[in-house]
Amino acid sequence: MILTTAPIDIVVGVVLYWIGIGLAGLVRPLSLRFISRVLFPLGAMGGLVLMAAALLGIPAAPATRVLPLGLPDLPFHIRLDALSAFFIGLLGVAVVGISLFSTGYFRRGQGTAPGLLCLQYHLFLAAMVTVLLADDAYLFMVAWETMAITSYFLVTSSHKIPEIRSAGFLYLLIAHIGAIAILLCFGVLQGGRGDYTFAAMRESELSAFWSSAAFMLALFGFGAKAGILPLHVWLPEAHPAAPSPISALMSGVMLKTAIYGMLRVTFDLLQTQLWWWGALALALGLLTAVFGVMFAAVQTDMKRLLAYSSIENIGVILAGIGLTIIFHAYGNPHLAALSLVATLYHSLNHACFKSLLFLATGSVLHATHERSLGKLGGLIRNMPWVAVTALIGSLAIAGLPPLNGFVSEWLLLQAFLFSPGLANPYLNMLVPVAAAALVLAAALSGYVMVKFYGVIFLGQYREARLAEARDEGPWARAGLVWLSAACVLLGVLPVGVILLLDHVTLPLVNFAIGTSAARTGWLLIAPVSPERASYGPLLFLLGITGTVLLTFALVRRLYHGRVRRGDAWDCGFPAQNARMQDTAEGFGQPIKQIFEPFFRIRRHLPSPFDAQPFYSATSEDRLWYWLYLPVARLNERLAAWIGILQHGRIYLYLLYSFVTLLALLMFVR
Amino acid sequence: MPEFIEAFLSQLAQTLLVVTFAPLMLGWVSQCRAWLQNRSGPGVLQPYRVLHKLFHKDALLARNASAIFRSAPYIQFGCMVLAASIVPVVETSLAFSPAADVIALVGLFALARVFSSLAAMDIGTAFGSLGARREMLIASLSEPALLMVFFTPLLIAQSSSLTTIVDALAHREFAIYPSLAFAAVAFVMVLLAENARIPIDNPSTHLELTMIHEAMILEYSARHLALIEWATAIKLMLYCAIGIALFMPWGMVEAGKWPMFPIAAGILVAKLALAGAGLAVLETVSAKMRIFRAPEFLGMAFLFAVLGMLTRQLLGA
Repeated sequence: MILTTAPIDIVVGVVLYWIGIGLAGLVRPLSLRFISRVLFPLGAMGGLVLMAAALLGIPAAPATRVLPLGLPDLPFHIRLDALSAFFIGLLGVAVVGISLFSTGYFRRGQGTAPGLLCLQYHLFLAAMVTVLLADDAYLFMVAWETMAITSYFLVTSSHKIPEIRSAGFLYLLIAHIGAIAILLCFGVLQGGRGDYTFAAMRESELSAFWSSAAFMLALFGFGAKAGILPLHVWLPEAHPAAPSPISALMSGVMLKTAIYGMLRVTFDLLQTQLWWWGALALALGLLTAVFGVMFAAVQTDMKRLLAYSSIENIGVILAGIGLTIIFHAYGNPHLAALSLVATLYHSLNHACFKSLLFLATGSVLHATHERSLGKLGGLIRNMPWVAVTALIGSLAIAGLPPLNGFVSEWLLLQAFLFSPGLANPYLNMLVPVAAAALVLAAALSGYVMVKFYGVIFLGQYREARLAEARDEGPWARAGLVWLSAACVLLGVLPVGVILLLDHVTLPLVNFAIGTSAARTGWLLIAPVSPERASYGPLLFLLGITGTVLLTFALVRRLYHGRVRRGDAWDCGFPAQNARMQDTAEGFGQPIKQIFEPFFRIRRHLPSPFDAQPFYSATSEDRLWYWLYLPVARLNERLAAWIGILQHGRIYLYLLYSFVTLLALLMFVR
Repeated sequence: MPEFIEAFLSQLAQTLLVVTFAPLMLGWVSQCRAWLQNRSGPGVLQPYRVLHKLFHKDALLARNASAIFRSAPYIQFGCMVLAASIVPVVETSLAFSPAADVIALVGLFALARVFSSLAAMDIGTAFGSLGARREMLIASLSEPALLMVFFTPLLIAQSSSLTTIVDALAHREFAIYPSLAFAAVAFVMVLLAENARIPIDNPSTHLELTMIHEAMILEYSARHLALIEWATAIKLMLYCAIGIALFMPWGMVEAGKWPMFPIAAGILVAKLALAGAGLAVLETVSAKMRIFRAPEFLGMAFLFAVLGMLTRQLLGA
């Protein structure tokens, strides 16, 4: 039956199905067993169906529907084209893993009741799919706001903790400032004709000025959701505050809806693209990437570290969008398609590995009740499943071959490397140097991931109680294994994905690289031509495993496999204990020292004569003090001026009414 | 002979050659250093003796060593062997070379490095994690510079595949390209940093606080240590080979020209010997610098590489 139904109807069906599951959670809101053992696995099935619908929908022609919902004269329009289908597939892949994991995750007594949590969770999923489906500004904004509000409630599900409440407030505030910009962007896009369907926006002819205004509003609005500098401050607060599956959803999937919106507005709704938009997006993206990874390197809380790493990845994706715009504006469709493929591929990859890592931190959190990196360590011995899957995720996010993170970074670098030849001499010189910033971010993310993985899973237990940590149950394992399998498969078999992405790039930048990339067979990708550059991840994997096994066998055969166990040597230093290993603080110290001007560091160093010495150091974001606090203070001052009028005495208010009335009478006389 | 089998055989021959003779190159560098320092030196075969000794010993592991610690040496060795089959050292008709261009090659080195850093943190000793963080720091600063170095030859050859670059560079007329000269200087600086040589790191140090690479492998013994040492030797040789391929590629065997092989091997040995001696001179005349001077050193390398690229772009030279 599923084969005869149009993909768009399947997707609508999944949206309704998720809403239904959410409502079912209200039937027995306190029964954790029913909700986690029945409803969440059922929700995961929806993800599988979405993946199938996406596979069918990407190559298919765009389908549209008008829903019997909305205002009397303003029905909801939906449309499934290759771009939406791709992002829906991305959501499906991530949701299967996250929902399976959630089955074993939620526990009793964590703030929000399980039934309510189930409702918010599935409404959040449904809203994200609706954002991707929407074909008019009205439905888009309704779904966008639903997404923001449901995720706000999910973030604040442990609402008894004041920090979580304030993190949630900051998130809601910036989400709404962004939403206003998006609304204004749609207002500009409809070009004064009052028709808010996307089909009408595609038709409207905007001047260069208004196109640029729409692009800037979209960059601001979607940038606020994606966490682009300087609108990133909510991200490292809100993502760690949420329960881990929610952090995974927000980082892995919700940020991608902002990327989707940016692509939709820039390449679909706007008809012309100017090169300087691309230069701006590129610069902003690289700045965001380097900023994010630098802050990730100095974090001591594992979820904050991952949140900053999300900022980095979003920066990389934005840089890819910027590069696409530049190439597209200069009429180089081949490279535009290449960088768009890299951008989309990286979005998909980030959805897989960031969800995986957030889920892994959830497991660690459950097993140890500890988020601070300074108190973890050695967990590979107690939690082998989590440790192995997290290793795959860490290697993938560090951009190492043959996993998926490397494929997208490689594609993006190819686009950078062949940029000379643009019609603009300044860009010709600057774009290659920008590639170095990208490599710096990628290399530093290797640093961050060694820190993340090494401090949590390797070494000695930093606290004695960590020895009692237990591995995850079968449901959570299934979720982790699903996502890590996605990381490996996307890494070693990229050609299939690139061929699929052709259907996405063709309508957006009028070119597809898939056929030329796959010319050398499914083993190798050669985005431009095999002589120029090629990469064969499967050969990589087979080569490394083959040599490792051969070496192992040879060493065993020619020599021996004898092993003795003893104490660690450590240069013969006798009194070693677990506190002598690097903490997260220590591991981040070189970065802090080299990039010191970027941080606002406050240190307390004890004097040698201190009887009770303590050491503390915090590295804060300068932008918070330079941008946000002044704006907040300005706001408060304005409010205080207006507050002068307010005294709470009734005669004053009567006086105000009287004066207003007199003024109005004089005015209209 | 079918083309594929020929490529495969030459592939195998080259990989075996590099893996076998890499310790010899290391021995040659040490011997040159010894001569320059007025010592008699242990002879160029010393690395082989050390490897032989280590392989025979019983491995001693710390009690809490995990599977990562035990598998990391094999993975590092595997990465280097794979890299040895990608870099055109003696010839350019390699069956494996389409599997990776220069960027993927850098990724391969990064994979080996990440595993060695993770293994260093596995035991949970102070020196291990100190070494790991320093290694990752140096690497993350040198990788942008390395990319910029690759940029200039890449612009000239219009390709990022090493074999194509070598073919393109070897066939132009013999002339000094200022852009390549800048890139070459930068490459040597990056080579020193990536291979843990003076002035960034000292491979023969025994002063714990200044160690980087050695601090990471403190806990290793016997066959594990042997594999790591061997992988290090292969890496040094490969870096020299990449340098040769990019900046003096003349005399390499091309596809289907087998009789050239002995001549090419002879030329290669001469080039490598020269490179090794040069490395020894560099290491003798400079002193190890503080770890926080390393950013300046690598920043300089980056600047040289950018200069090279701009020279190529603006002047076409």
